[in-house]
Amino acid sequence: MSRQPFRLAQGGRIDRSRTLAIRFDGETYGGFAGDTVASALLANGVHLMGRSFKYHRPRGLLSVGTDEPNALLRVDRGPGRVDPNNRAGAVEAVDGLVTGSQNRWPSLAFDVGAVNDVLSPVFVAGFYYKTFMWPRAFWDRVYEPVIRAAAGLGVAPADPDPDRYAHRHAHCDVLIVGAGPAGLAAALAAARSGKRVMLVDEQAEPGGALLHDVTSTIDGVPAQEWVARTIAALDAHESVVVLPRTTAFGYYNHNHVALVERITDHLPASETREAPRERLWQVRAAEVVLATGAHERPLVFADNDRPGIMLAESLRVLVNRYAVAPGREIVIATTGSSAYTAAADLKAAGLTVTVVDARLAADCVADTAFAADRGITVLPGHTIVGSKGRRRVSGLIVAPLRADGSVGPRRTLPCDCVGMSGGWTPAVHLFSQSRGKLAYDAARDAFLPATHAQAERSAGACAGDMALAACLAAGFAAGAAAAGLEETRTFAASPTRTGFQPMRVLPTDADPGRVRAFIDFQNDVTAKDLKLAVREGFHSIEHVKRYTTTGMATDQGKTSNMNALGLVAGLLDTELPRVGTTTFRPPYTPVTFGALVGPGKGALFEPVRKTPIDGWAEARGAVFEPVSLWRRAWYFPKAGEDMHAAVARECRAVREGVGIFDASTLGKIEVVGPDAAEFLNRMYVNGWSKLAPGKCRYGLMLKEDGYILDDGVVARMADDRFHVTTTTGGAPRVLTLMEDYLQTEWPDLDVFLTSVTEQWAVIALQGPRARAVLAPLVADIDLSNEALPHMSVREGFVCGVPARLMRVSFTGELGYEVNVPADYGLAVWEALWAAGQAHGVTPYGTETMHVLRAEKGFIIVGQETDGTVTPDDVGLGGMVSKVKPDFVGKRSLARPDLVAPGRKQLVGLETEDPHERLDEGAQVVRDPSAPLPVPMLGHVTSSYFSPACGRTIALALVADGRARMGETVHVTTMAGFARATIRDTVFVDAEGVRVHARES
Amino acid sequence: MLESRNRATRVAPFPLATETIGRVAIAPLPPRTRLSLRLRPAAAADVGAVAGLSLDMPITATRAADGRRALRLGPDEWLLLADADEAEELTALVTAGLAGTFHALVDVSHRSCGLAVTGAGAGAALNAGCPLDLSPKAFPIGTATRTVLAKTEILLARLDADAFEVECWRSWADYLRGFLLEAARGL
Repeated sequence: MSRQPFRLAQGGRIDRSRTLAIRFDGETYGGFAGDTVASALLANGVHLMGRSFKYHRPRGLLSVGTDEPNALLRVDRGPGRVDPNNRAGAVEAVDGLVTGSQNRWPSLAFDVGAVNDVLSPVFVAGFYYKTFMWPRAFWDRVYEPVIRAAAGLGVAPADPDPDRYAHRHAHCDVLIVGAGPAGLAAALAAARSGKRVMLVDEQAEPGGALLHDVTSTIDGVPAQEWVARTIAALDAHESVVVLPRTTAFGYYNHNHVALVERITDHLPASETREAPRERLWQVRAAEVVLATGAHERPLVFADNDRPGIMLAESLRVLVNRYAVAPGREIVIATTGSSAYTAAADLKAAGLTVTVVDARLAADCVADTAFAADRGITVLPGHTIVGSKGRRRVSGLIVAPLRADGSVGPRRTLPCDCVGMSGGWTPAVHLFSQSRGKLAYDAARDAFLPATHAQAERSAGACAGDMALAACLAAGFAAGAAAAGLEETRTFAASPTRTGFQPMRVLPTDADPGRVRAFIDFQNDVTAKDLKLAVREGFHSIEHVKRYTTTGMATDQGKTSNMNALGLVAGLLDTELPRVGTTTFRPPYTPVTFGALVGPGKGALFEPVRKTPIDGWAEARGAVFEPVSLWRRAWYFPKAGEDMHAAVARECRAVREGVGIFDASTLGKIEVVGPDAAEFLNRMYVNGWSKLAPGKCRYGLMLKEDGYILDDGVVARMADDRFHVTTTTGGAPRVLTLMEDYLQTEWPDLDVFLTSVTEQWAVIALQGPRARAVLAPLVADIDLSNEALPHMSVREGFVCGVPARLMRVSFTGELGYEVNVPADYGLAVWEALWAAGQAHGVTPYGTETMHVLRAEKGFIIVGQETDGTVTPDDVGLGGMVSKVKPDFVGKRSLARPDLVAPGRKQLVGLETEDPHERLDEGAQVVRDPSAPLPVPMLGHVTSSYFSPACGRTIALALVADGRARMGETVHVTTMAGFARATIRDTVFVDAEGVRVHARES
Repeated sequence: MLESRNRATRVAPFPLATETIGRVAIAPLPPRTRLSLRLRPAAAADVGAVAGLSLDMPITATRAADGRRALRLGPDEWLLLADADEAEELTALVTAGLAGTFHALVDVSHRSCGLAVTGAGAGAALNAGCPLDLSPKAFPIGTATRTVLAKTEILLARLDADAFEVECWRSWADYLRGFLLEAARGL
């Protein structure tokens, strides 16, 4: 382990008593508690941290913040805990943490992909669009797979993530984003109101830029002391919540702000105690204060991307906060004043510093005097025309700018580190996400919040205030106003060096066509690329972005957007706002999928609805199938049985003896009120007024377009009370449609609807012996044919519990559906099961139910229907009332296309080979040898092996099908075509005698 | 007469054990009578009270009397809660009290099942999946409302500062309980 040769002897907010070791690309490096991965690596002199996206150029840290475009690391916390693309300055160093570089092979130091850098003249803007045009077919098979394999930064993890992620909704009166000076002052002010205040900040501790400010004072105390006192004051307020390590990444409607809190990543594995790794907060705030600060801009000059070339303020952070010397011999290159503060701090830390200022000497007199006082050499009026070095900068090539604008003789300043400052860009991302409108402020060369769309305020650097005292005052005022207080106050704070001259690309004496001056470091976009795009006619920044990909990397152009905009505006000789600005979208910084998913994985991914009898079926070895969110018993295989055998056995049991079936998932709606029958008249195609209490009727319901929506048996319990059943999957939409009509179209009807789907467990007993099984358990209902004929209902007691007993059948056999309160469902099922043993009762599942009903030609909504099928199409036209004045869908049934000949009609199909089972969905044609495309007559909707028929059967929708009885058609199969004969839809008991059980 | 061995017994969807995780305890609620009462708002104001329970109250409010509770869930919807063996009696009382007034009374005792969620972390655990503001000011004791918890619809009632009742339709029981346990672990 190396001994941190670049660690300064004193200073910083690191805890030198707590050492740690991290690994990077297989090497072990020492650090201290409080380090980030970036600061620990730099303390050990490691600057080369990655390879660039496109050209595989060696890259080091540009910024210590979350705007970092270069140093994107793979972080490995153990199996399943591997994350790509972590910004090195945003990952806290933890003892034992394993990290690695990306986008390089075979090693970071020697990367084969760097050949792209040599070939860079080929990879111009729009390279893909120009190059991979031809031959057309190559795109899918060659170009795209190769490009996809070569592109991308980190490698997505392949193992399941073992970490826990939590979710939390929260409400507050004032949400403050950013705990720098403005945010802290806002929180101080808002806290005085006693209202609920949340202060969130992405860094490990609150303080923002004050955490690396070792010279300023606020109200007479050192800045960091002021931070500590402020946090203590906030902690004393019970109504204030301070969340460090928490990024506000999305700002949505109604002040709904999404945060991600990182809870355990900064802890050693032994200390996490199964706490969630991250927590996604969804905060609804009455008022929001944005105090999100600003990002420093790089300077654009040739080879400005060498490792060791960083942002000037980041050097200040490294020295003051982490006690790391980013180099020994440092050049600060700037077009603004703030870099002089950095230079002074570096000098004070004992480092050699030279400042190169591209502003004319007359424009930076105060700054050069400040530097001179501290013994810092300044070269004003100098441009930077290049850098030296390969895996680490070794020199900066500068040249004087002459009065006529030309560039003077070059000289090289030897250095091992460069800090550059091209000015500051307010972080208006969240404001932009809130749909607020930005306005360009030419004096500050910044887009600033102008028109607010939500209850939000921006304060401090994100609103363009770069001076400390102004940030504090603006923050305090914003916090007070957000909390409904009319308070302001001033803060006595050290003056701040502010102001800069925006220079989009530094002047150079080199051929601009050969210069590699990077604007977007993460996507490897150079000034040359932007110039080419403009020359090729892309004038809107939205087009330039997409053509060159500038600003489209995961950093959303935090460091590059203003330089790109300014360059394009300059090339077009227009004002910057006319080029447009970027629309920022969530997330502000990348968010893990884990945080978004939260607890919604495994058993909690999707609710699985279970009936009261589900456990019994599971214990009996049932195979389940999902039906909407329910799981239903599909079939009950006995030992050695496959599905076919089990279903055949279950079918025979129902036809010859008795089967028992869990129908609890059926939707049920209790329709109550004096107008209940009239309401059903309007909802269903058939009539209900004449249905007597105690009777059941099959109902068919349409959408307004005249197509079948749902069906089910409706039982009239009393004059003013109906027990409506729906399909399992259709229950919610039928109730919603009914409520919709009741509330919006017919509020005059005295009817109320109550869902009772889950009130009743439903046990179907079907088969010739059903009555024999049921009778001993029924106390006060006469089950005889005379007293309880097919399609009737009685209330009474089954197994001693109140029941709604229906004699209904979806199998064509004598059948009952026993409705009992759900908590009794299992016990009644078990009692029927026990009573049925003497009769060979057989449990059956949904597959057998499907076969039995198909044998009878009964439709299943969603199988025989697909949203384009009318009652007449499935042979139920006779159900449609001709006397009712109206019902939902009635008008549509008269539409010309719904009454035109040639519509597909439901028919039965019998294959020539009685063992050939057609595929559901297979196409039906008349002549398979017809030229392509073969005209299609229709398709198969249901297809099974029918034990009762001793052969396969199928239902199909076929054009003019009812006029084709006996015709031979051909049905597509995987191998070709199968011959089949069209027949009617009822395969078993066409006379319908069995359901009435008259012989018994 | 039925043989006693054929008399059905109730089986609740939740396991009977109480789970305590950190500052949250999750326990099943015993079976109870639940009657869904639908009534036009104007009629509710006219009737005032039924079966000793006031109906004329703000939406999301609760009125309790003699161990029974009336929860107003909407402009025309109340949920009446009572002991499990009181379904018939309460039904008769309400039906009598509303004779001549258009209403719908439906027994939904078995439609739902409930959990008591208590402890200092109860509100935070619920907020893992429920977007409502559960602060005492916004959601005072006695508040009851239909809302969502992650991917299920629930009925949420606050009985005390750190005591809530959560009900869901019974087929969602596994999901509800599983989610709340995970939420408690995630605090």
